Amino acid sequence: MIRNIALTATTALALSAGVALAAGGHSEITDIAFAHEGPFGKFDQNQLQRGLQVYSEVCAACHGLKFVPIRSLSDAGGPHMPEDQIRAYAAQFTVTDRETGEDRAGVPTDHFPVSGMEGAPDLSLITKARAGFHGPYGTGISQFFKGIGGAEYTYSILTHYEEEPACAPDGVDGFYYNSAFPNGGVPDSCKDSHGVSTVPGSWIAMPNPLGDDMVTYADGTPATVANMAEDVTSFLVWAAEPKMMARKETGFKAVIFLIVLSTLLYLTNKKIWANVKGKKLV
Amino acid sequence: MAGIPHDHYEPKTGGEKWLHKRLPIVGLLYDTLMLPTPKNLNWMWIWGIILTFCLALQIVTGIVLVMHYTPHVDLAFSSVEHIMRNVNGGHMLRYLHANGASLFFVAVYLHIFRGLYYGSYKAPREVTWIIGMLIYLAMMATAFMGYVLPWGQMSFWGATVITGLFGAIPGIGEPIQTWLLGGPAVDNATLNRFFSLHYLLPFVIAALVAVHIWAFHTTGNNNPTGVEVRRGSKEEAARDTVPFWPYFVMKDLFALAVILVVFFAIVGFMPNYLGHPDNYLEANPLSTPAHIVPEWYFLPFYAILRAFTADVWVVIAAEWITFGIVDAKFFGVLAMFGAIAVMALAPWLDTSSVRSGRYRPMFKWWFALLCVDFMVLMWVGAMPAEEPYATISLIASAYWFAYFLIILPLLGVIEKPLPQPATIEEDFNAHYSPTTGGTKTVAAE
Repeated sequence: MIRNIALTATTALALSAGVALAAGGHSEITDIAFAHEGPFGKFDQNQLQRGLQVYSEVCAACHGLKFVPIRSLSDAGGPHMPEDQIRAYAAQFTVTDRETGEDRAGVPTDHFPVSGMEGAPDLSLITKARAGFHGPYGTGISQFFKGIGGAEYTYSILTHYEEEPACAPDGVDGFYYNSAFPNGGVPDSCKDSHGVSTVPGSWIAMPNPLGDDMVTYADGTPATVANMAEDVTSFLVWAAEPKMMARKETGFKAVIFLIVLSTLLYLTNKKIWANVKGKKLV
Repeated sequence: MAGIPHDHYEPKTGGEKWLHKRLPIVGLLYDTLMLPTPKNLNWMWIWGIILTFCLALQIVTGIVLVMHYTPHVDLAFSSVEHIMRNVNGGHMLRYLHANGASLFFVAVYLHIFRGLYYGSYKAPREVTWIIGMLIYLAMMATAFMGYVLPWGQMSFWGATVITGLFGAIPGIGEPIQTWLLGGPAVDNATLNRFFSLHYLLPFVIAALVAVHIWAFHTTGNNNPTGVEVRRGSKEEAARDTVPFWPYFVMKDLFALAVILVVFFAIVGFMPNYLGHPDNYLEANPLSTPAHIVPEWYFLPFYAILRAFTADVWVVIAAEWITFGIVDAKFFGVLAMFGAIAVMALAPWLDTSSVRSGRYRPMFKWWFALLCVDFMVLMWVGAMPAEEPYATISLIASAYWFAYFLIILPLLGVIEKPLPQPATIEEDFNAHYSPTTGGTKTVAAE
């Protein structure tokens, strides 16, 4: 273990000292106008609840949300679900109690279960741990209006499962071609002479998780892949940043207050300096 | 005590006299607040107050964050999530602290470049400059160690790369690296000592700031003309200056409020803009991120570190002269620290008798190029180490050294400076008509 760490440490230093890095391949990210984007963006409660449904019925089979307490489903800045529903939701899980060491039914103060499948990443922070946008010109300024693009990344992964490209008609055994996934392997037949991938995206270990009408929405929203992907992505954005609405509200208040304060200080400053700047020459 | 002549505090009541005889603290506060300040200071002189505010903000938010944070490799990441989700206002505290570090560095870079342009580092302010450089170094150490604490992927790998720099020192490097890390690799011992030092260093910075302020309160502020305040008499000095309170206190508070509008917009609406998404992945010693990128404020010097690869002729020459002791890795480390060292030596490298860049026609252009150079280094530091970035970073690094080691010494000899105003008062009155009551009539320069 220690040797492993030391080895990777040396590699890291070598990389930093100037050995060429393999540039990450390009991928196709679809820009979605999510309800929560922009300074005034808010979560759509119904959408979060639908997203929870998709998460519970599809994603949770393999993935976990270990940092998210179930009780936060009742938060006003989140899905805002009634307490009895949350109690019932929590009770479906079997939890080993930390104090007694015995198994019991889950309660709202427990967290969501961890990933049930090895290699399936925990999704608590996934929309913050991935960036979909870097523009314009790599400055990332578009974040102000569109967010960091982690939501778009997640949405695109869920919707960009495509036919195997012509360069690899038989695909890669055990992997699935996804034009939005930048970090997977690419077969040699899809690389040019410099080893750069000629196709967008790469091959991912997760099979396509969504299909039309996989869930039945109680509110009658059509369960298309696009809708389900958008709903579950919104839910995951909330899971990663549950205080987003409170934060924007604080930011808004602070900015308004400071603009007023700046104006007053500007006038005060101007008045104070008037007698110095207008003083007669001696 | 030396300094610009001005009125001092006179205790009046019995109680004031009693205290003043035992502890002249009111007098100290009075002298600090009423300090005669050149009345022609422009908007580039606001950054000191912004920096003081940043230090206070970081200490206050930091102390509260510590109450909820757990410095242990198994718990650090989830304790940060605990702060983000469960602590009252915790998400705001953490975002203020993380973005506060960025504001701190924006302000310090503008403050430093202000000093470089107006010659604030020149005699008699060399000590102020050197202390400032020490503060800057302490800030970098603090920021670096603070970034490790959330124990994300960039925390871990950033720590691995940066402490690896010390390992590049020939002979004694490896023991030093082990000593810094508390073991053979970045682990719990590293996290604990970084936590301890991250808490300690801000107070060291606070002490250095006090000395920094003490030093320039002794020499007096520099100003855009670089001409000294007249000190012949109190009356003479009063014609060049106004008291710090209320004139500059109000001006600085106004500037602070405007900057905070932008700061709170970032904290409120795009708090992760300056962070790296990988740091929301828990540290994993077995998985190296594709790009290890330091925080933006380290990028210029990170670019210099990476610029000197084994195929650059100076590196080959250094290796040959030292019989291989100085290899490319060690050369890069020397270059990075050297880049800060040459900046610290600016007071002795600049040979010009004229202080302010305003009256130095050739210097102006070289200085503008240095500003561009700094931005280029910052940009190229974030790029992967491949062409054309490698060549760009090499050229940009070379200019950084050339500016301090060749251009500054030479300019003082070959440049013909423009005439300077005789006094600050003369310059001030040339810009502000005495009759229009505060309207600027002539543009600066």
